[in-house]
Amino acid sequence: MISKRITAALASATTLSLVLAACGDNGGDGDDTSSSSGDTVKSLTILDYYNNDPDKSLVQKGLDSCASQLGVTIQRETVPGDTLIQKVLQQASSKTLPDVLMLDNPDVQQIAATGALAPLNDLGLSGDGVIQGMVDATSYDGKLYGLAPVTNTIALFYNTQMLQEAGVRPPKTWDELKAAAKTLTKPGRYGIAFNANATYEGAWQFLPAMWTNGGDETDLTSPQVAEALQLWVDLVQSGSASKSVINWTQGDAKDQFVAGKAAMMVNGPWQIPSLQKTPNVKWEVVQFPVNKEGQTPVAPLGGEAWTVPLNKDQAKQQKAADFVKCLNSDENELAWAKARFTVPTKTALLDQYVQEVPSMKVFTEQVRTARSRTGKLGDKWPEAAKVIYQAIQLALTGKASAQDAFKQASGG
Amino acid sequence: MAHATLTRTTEASGPEPARRSRGRRHRGEDLTKLLFVLPAVLAMVALFGYPVVKNLLMSLQDYGLRTFFTGDAPWVGLRNYTTVVTDNLFSQAMVNTALFTVGSIAFQFVIGLGLALFFHRRFPLGGVLRSLLLLPWLLPLIVSSATWRSILEQDSGILNRTLTGIGVIDDPVPWLNSPSVALIAVIGVNIWIGIPFNVTLLYSGLAEIPAELYEAGQLDGATGWRAFWYITWPNLRAVASVLLMLGVVYTIKVLDIILGLTGGGPANATQTLATQSYERSFIDFKFGEGAALSNILIAISFVFAIFYLRSTRRAVDE
Repeated sequence: MISKRITAALASATTLSLVLAACGDNGGDGDDTSSSSGDTVKSLTILDYYNNDPDKSLVQKGLDSCASQLGVTIQRETVPGDTLIQKVLQQASSKTLPDVLMLDNPDVQQIAATGALAPLNDLGLSGDGVIQGMVDATSYDGKLYGLAPVTNTIALFYNTQMLQEAGVRPPKTWDELKAAAKTLTKPGRYGIAFNANATYEGAWQFLPAMWTNGGDETDLTSPQVAEALQLWVDLVQSGSASKSVINWTQGDAKDQFVAGKAAMMVNGPWQIPSLQKTPNVKWEVVQFPVNKEGQTPVAPLGGEAWTVPLNKDQAKQQKAADFVKCLNSDENELAWAKARFTVPTKTALLDQYVQEVPSMKVFTEQVRTARSRTGKLGDKWPEAAKVIYQAIQLALTGKASAQDAFKQASGG
Repeated sequence: MAHATLTRTTEASGPEPARRSRGRRHRGEDLTKLLFVLPAVLAMVALFGYPVVKNLLMSLQDYGLRTFFTGDAPWVGLRNYTTVVTDNLFSQAMVNTALFTVGSIAFQFVIGLGLALFFHRRFPLGGVLRSLLLLPWLLPLIVSSATWRSILEQDSGILNRTLTGIGVIDDPVPWLNSPSVALIAVIGVNIWIGIPFNVTLLYSGLAEIPAELYEAGQLDGATGWRAFWYITWPNLRAVASVLLMLGVVYTIKVLDIILGLTGGGPANATQTLATQSYERSFIDFKFGEGAALSNILIAISFVFAIFYLRSTRRAVDE
């Protein structure tokens, strides 16, 4: 009898203390940050996902130079790309978000929508002179929440030697693309490699075809979108692209290209450092082909934005904003663009950049007309992206025609 | 007053002090027992109670991205459950989960039993071979799934190369690229991973069966197949039921192998309740719906656990 009562008491005591502990975690917000507040801010914490070299150390250089300009020390933490958002959520619930936070540009609006980020306009920053697509991506409800110093996009890489041997010119239209891919295909080699897997990456690779043809994420059942999907279907069904594209990542596409198993690939400039490791594979880049002549190629904008999570410590928040401003200075944009095969986001810098780095000409041209994924749908973009990659999967596995795939994928 | 009572009691009955001291000792004993149980109770509450309760609560809340920043998660009753159950993919995920679980366990068990019986007969290098058989179990799942992904690759994977090379098939099989084959391929890999566990448990079960039983059986003419049916199988029943029960609980929640091999694709052909729950929580960030799905999964496992407990209790009663 006694023991039962004691057990009950103990049990309730433990539950209570657990609950209290849990409350304590949530309630005691940011004590450590405010304790370090004073007239001068001495250090900033930074979180990003450049966890592999060469990017890791190249980014570190830019961070270090801004830190010394502002007279602060930085504590930087890097995590693998696919765990960043989970890390941010964890830190958000324990109120330990860093002072400066890097986010992939399509995630900025989603995180801004939760009210976690400080509007940068109030802290003396603006998106003036930055390509409209990127400003769209990093704004939410008319306010700017992040700035991306550099951006990237995707285009068509081709193996110059293989095209020469086959007497094929780099394709400019979809018909030329299909014909080229077919001619370039021979036993043990496919004409083209791309990524059509069931992830956001698969949706991103589809956007050049979809947008160039006038398709739009606000109306995925339009004939323009279906035509773009038909291009993917034609490439796979004619045997010019492997049936495995539905499982490939962009890294897999690059591996096929490097191994000589694909003559062309849809990919981005971040693959250039690893392409340079195999100098015997000679390649060039062209913009993604258009369906009909007269169309402008439109590709999606990639790259990461730097944001400032809300902080009760005003001085620290201001310092963090200054830090983001410094990262987006002309010098740093150019330095990062040159070192990391990316493109500056300020339109005024593009001409100078192409002059200095001619090999990035095609990507830079593509960036001028590029769009952001979240520009129109904002934090609703992930749902549209999901419909896109599901539809691609349905069409490429033959479970639906290109015309019906989008209707079926959106649950219609 | 108190003094008086005290003296009266001491005077009144002889055995009283003894009983009281025994009572005190009893209480001390109770406390000691309690202290022994306490760490376990604490661990249970913190490691099992809290997550289960939290998961139940989460499944009744609109628990999304915003919740992590603002802390509010409005109560939505059973809406998460109706959302996930009425989803187009739910019935397919249920069927896939059932096929995956039944297919994996049936083959794992039969092959495991065959191998255990084989290794039960002593022969040179038997021990070495049996320990090599543990290898799939020792590999991290993400490594095995990446390796199998390259083995099963349609164009250059070693499996298709070998099969076409020896003329078994004319065209490469789209192991992971076709919605009609992918689930079979994924089940196949899971069988490969599960065999060592089955062999190990069944082998030790076989080792427990006294040799005298077989000697006695031999006298009565029970050899070969009859020896298996009348001696081995009845003695192995307890081990087998534990094994099947654990098998169901382990297999029904398999996530990493499927994610590593197909990510639930192609065209959702390998989606199970577990992958759907993961997707809703960590890709869509709808943690409430993810929790609802995982609770459905827990409920199914729980039904099997009850079956198991009832069958073992009956065995004890007998």
